[in-house]
Amino acid sequence: MSFEAVIGLEVHAQLLTRSKLFCGCATAFGASPNVHTCEVCLGMPGALPVLNREAVTLAVRAALALDCTVHERSQWARKNYFYPDLPKGYQISQFDRPLATHGHLDLEVEGSARTIDILRIHMEEDAGKNVHDDVLAGSRSYVDFNRGGVPLIEIVGAPQIRSGAEAAAYMRELRRTLRFLDVCDGNLEEGSLRCDANVSIRKVGATTLGTRTELKNINSFRFVAAAIDFEIHRQIAVVEAGDAVVQETRLWDAQAKVTRAMRSKEEAHDYRYFPDPDLPDLVLTAAAIHSARATLPELPAAKKERFVDALGLTAYDAALLTEEPELCRFFEAAVAGHKNAKGIANWILNELLREARGQPLAALKLTPESLAELVRLIDDGTISGKIAKDLFAELVTAGGAPAALVKERGLAQLVDTAGIEATVDAVLAANAGSVAAYRAGKTNILGFLVGQVMKASGGKANPKIVNEVLRRRLG
Amino acid sequence: MTTPKPPVQAEVLRIAALARLVLSDAEAEAMTPELAEILAHVAKLEEVDVTGVEATAHAVGFATPLRDDVSRPGLDLERALANAPERIGDGFGVPKILE
Ligand SMILES: [Zn+2]
Repeated sequence: MSFEAVIGLEVHAQLLTRSKLFCGCATAFGASPNVHTCEVCLGMPGALPVLNREAVTLAVRAALALDCTVHERSQWARKNYFYPDLPKGYQISQFDRPLATHGHLDLEVEGSARTIDILRIHMEEDAGKNVHDDVLAGSRSYVDFNRGGVPLIEIVGAPQIRSGAEAAAYMRELRRTLRFLDVCDGNLEEGSLRCDANVSIRKVGATTLGTRTELKNINSFRFVAAAIDFEIHRQIAVVEAGDAVVQETRLWDAQAKVTRAMRSKEEAHDYRYFPDPDLPDLVLTAAAIHSARATLPELPAAKKERFVDALGLTAYDAALLTEEPELCRFFEAAVAGHKNAKGIANWILNELLREARGQPLAALKLTPESLAELVRLIDDGTISGKIAKDLFAELVTAGGAPAALVKERGLAQLVDTAGIEATVDAVLAANAGSVAAYRAGKTNILGFLVGQVMKASGGKANPKIVNEVLRRRLG
Repeated sequence: MTTPKPPVQAEVLRIAALARLVLSDAEAEAMTPELAEILAHVAKLEEVDVTGVEATAHAVGFATPLRDDVSRPGLDLERALANAPERIGDGFGVPKILE
């Protein structure tokens, strides 16, 4: 029997605001417990929520970038349930009138194009964080409400994903898009991007959906594919053994590499959604939505295409440069200073990434402007590639202006043929054995002699002229 | 116009459970006709002719007000935790949470 998987992803993305969705408490990650809390986000009686304008702006930007219809009127709803991390006994969310609907995300999976529909995007507040610490709490737990009330968007994808690999590609593309939009920092480890997956299987060709399980706790890209593929195989084994898949929430156990049913018994959901009486509708004018659309930044997929078509980069390099916004901005700023995009891309992808050793580029002393200047000095023949590499390493750690350093230290390339001839003659005189070998037919020894001349010139001789002079003298 | 079916006691118990209310049998029995009366009362609204009236969830005619994204200090930690049923470290103590 042949099965296919049906997977739908629900992604929560934390919006990059300074303050929470309905109060002025800070959203900063990593503070000590409960210092970013107030009457509103602790759910104290009488406190009233006031919506954060920037959160709306960011949510609208994400929705438009994902080609959704943004609704001029959306509604706040209370999602009612009891859990210790929810102080009000309800979460403020959106239900039957969400901010946006009917979008899609285009992605590439193993070389072929795929489009996954986005059913809806709604805004909501985050819950607090349950902490279990055996030493401090013993047989109890405690709640930290710093995260409670932080603005999120939930992006609900259509159940059109068929494998763990596709799910991982979807997550990566979504993360890349949100990061280029400055909507979300995309940090899975800190929980600013979270993924729940609804997974079911059915016989190939069947049109009805099988019983689904919900996977939670998938907090790394490596786990997305592994957790989903495990769950698909588990469900197939259950069905092939003649049993039925049980509808339940399962957690990915990264150590054991299995999914497990949650120990706490979940009751059937009945959230009794109703419109929040404290919050009138969110109303956006058509003009505001139009202007948000007009000011959307260029998305990574479009950048990649432009880097290939207009700047002549390889598809591979263009893909690498559009993976992270920071790297992409560095590249574009450098290209603005000197038009050799391919040369700059090579320096960034080969030298800069190696020197950065995983540090953020902002921590390096090298600026895009000085990289542009360095590449210009190579392109106009002022310095050799060897000098450029030495200079580059210094620019990364100490900074400085390449043209000024070249002038100050006399690093400009020697292009004076007479001077190079004198150096070549001296090197040939000192390497009589190699010269004889070359003349006897071991022509590959030329490289060694070029190296000796370059060394004698302190790396400053123009290699093209060195080659010419050597061939002439030896020929 | 449709008259809602009067609730049965099982429904009253289910709604009570969702609200974390523990009702005795006697209370549930007394509350069943009471809930039926409330529902019948609210159902009277269905008698109003709302043809051509746009549905709304609010009586106020304005959009939700917006504030600028400015962060300000929260409550003093001691005050924030003052009403906690139990304090554990700087957190609100709760029964152990199983996952
Ligand atoms: Zn607050």
